[in-house]
Amino acid sequence: MFQKRVIVCLDVRAGQVTKGIKFKENVDIGDPVEMAAKYYRDGVDELVFYDITASSEKRGIMIDVVERVAERIFIPFAVGGGIGSLHDIRRVILAGAEKVSVNSQAVRKPEIISEGALKFGSQCIVLGMDVAADRDMPSGYRVVIDGGRTPTDLDALAWALDAERRGAGEIVLNSIDADGTRDGYDLTATRMISEAVGIPVVASGGAGTPEHLRAVLVEGRADAALVASMVHYGDYTVDSIKTDLNTAGVPIRLDHRKR
Amino acid sequence: MNVSVVDYDAGNLRSVETALRFIGTPFSVTADPDTVASADAVIVPGVGEARAAMETVRRRGLDQALVSFFATGKPMLGICIGAQLVLERSEENDTECLGLVPGWVRRFESRDLKVPHMGWNTVRYDRASPGAFLFKGIPQDTSFYFVHSYYPEPEHREAVIARSRYGVDFAAAICRDNLVATQFHPEKSGEWGLTLLDNFVEA
Repeated sequence: MFQKRVIVCLDVRAGQVTKGIKFKENVDIGDPVEMAAKYYRDGVDELVFYDITASSEKRGIMIDVVERVAERIFIPFAVGGGIGSLHDIRRVILAGAEKVSVNSQAVRKPEIISEGALKFGSQCIVLGMDVAADRDMPSGYRVVIDGGRTPTDLDALAWALDAERRGAGEIVLNSIDADGTRDGYDLTATRMISEAVGIPVVASGGAGTPEHLRAVLVEGRADAALVASMVHYGDYTVDSIKTDLNTAGVPIRLDHRKR
Repeated sequence: MNVSVVDYDAGNLRSVETALRFIGTPFSVTADPDTVASADAVIVPGVGEARAAMETVRRRGLDQALVSFFATGKPMLGICIGAQLVLERSEENDTECLGLVPGWVRRFESRDLKVPHMGWNTVRYDRASPGAFLFKGIPQDTSFYFVHSYYPEPEHREAVIARSRYGVDFAAAICRDNLVATQFHPEKSGEWGLTLLDNFVEA
């Protein structure tokens, strides 16, 4: 049976995992390699690392993190943050990541999607998009970039379809309004995008309880749900979330443990 | 045993390397046809597009090397696109492949499903298949990680070791003589994936 995925997201700044609320007030919460290894043991289906290091000279730290993660965990993981060229993509892939997530840079230079897909395959190119509810936009959502600071002229639905046409293999849809609130995912935005595109959609932003994941995977039609604070602070484990989803009837992988 | 991992520029070799290192198997990554032809075992990994992959394989002279290696009867493992290139032909950009296994590579055609088939899916194997050794110690319906838009469709039923379902029933693992191949990525399928790789190198 094909299963829905639970993905843990780690925001990495200068080699440490941090978590902020609505993209602000970041606090360091741990070593990304150790945290990745723990989530792997717990049965996470996939991981995403976002490099939120401000200065480019420290980017090398992230490559080192990616290499060390690749030696320890044997599930797919993606890397995002500051990826703007084929060179950046190649560096991350060679370090051991399966996918790269392009976001602000893809808005500024959409060719990165098509060029990346052509060179490394669509399965490798994830479009990360941050959206904010906006009544002035045709779909009701506006694309924002630079970690939520800069609004664009792009409509969320139009951008998702454009990215798919350009060769993106997956979309991570992050709701700025919901991010860090733990009040639940934006079901409306997720369902709209997921039903419109033919590629997998990962819901992001707002997870606070396993029920939130169930809602976005079932009612929101998401193929995967991304969590961060829920598991980073020990309120839930990946295993407990997946067990709850399974109990609620969502097809989910629970056979990660060898017996 | 000297395992050669064939380098034909097809995506992420690194994950296969780290998985082999983790299970403690000596290996070398090579694009050299002679090294491939004289290896004790060969792994053809990769993700990507069939035509570009086959073009690189031919340009590097690896097509003949792989055909010769297959003829020696020594163990050979294809992964993902490596499991597609061993068939005769792929629907992906109408690509002529190596032809080690009679059959075609088809595209998922379903309006209701997302393509690529990306994520974890359960795999059911045929215990009577000669390729079932790959699944030794692995329970039926264990989940493995897939990412692909095309799947192998061998001409002969007995070439199918294992099946999965994504809109259609499709071959998740195939075999012919000394060749076994998985459409999923054992190197990215957690502990059970490592078990499968171990089963290959131990066989």
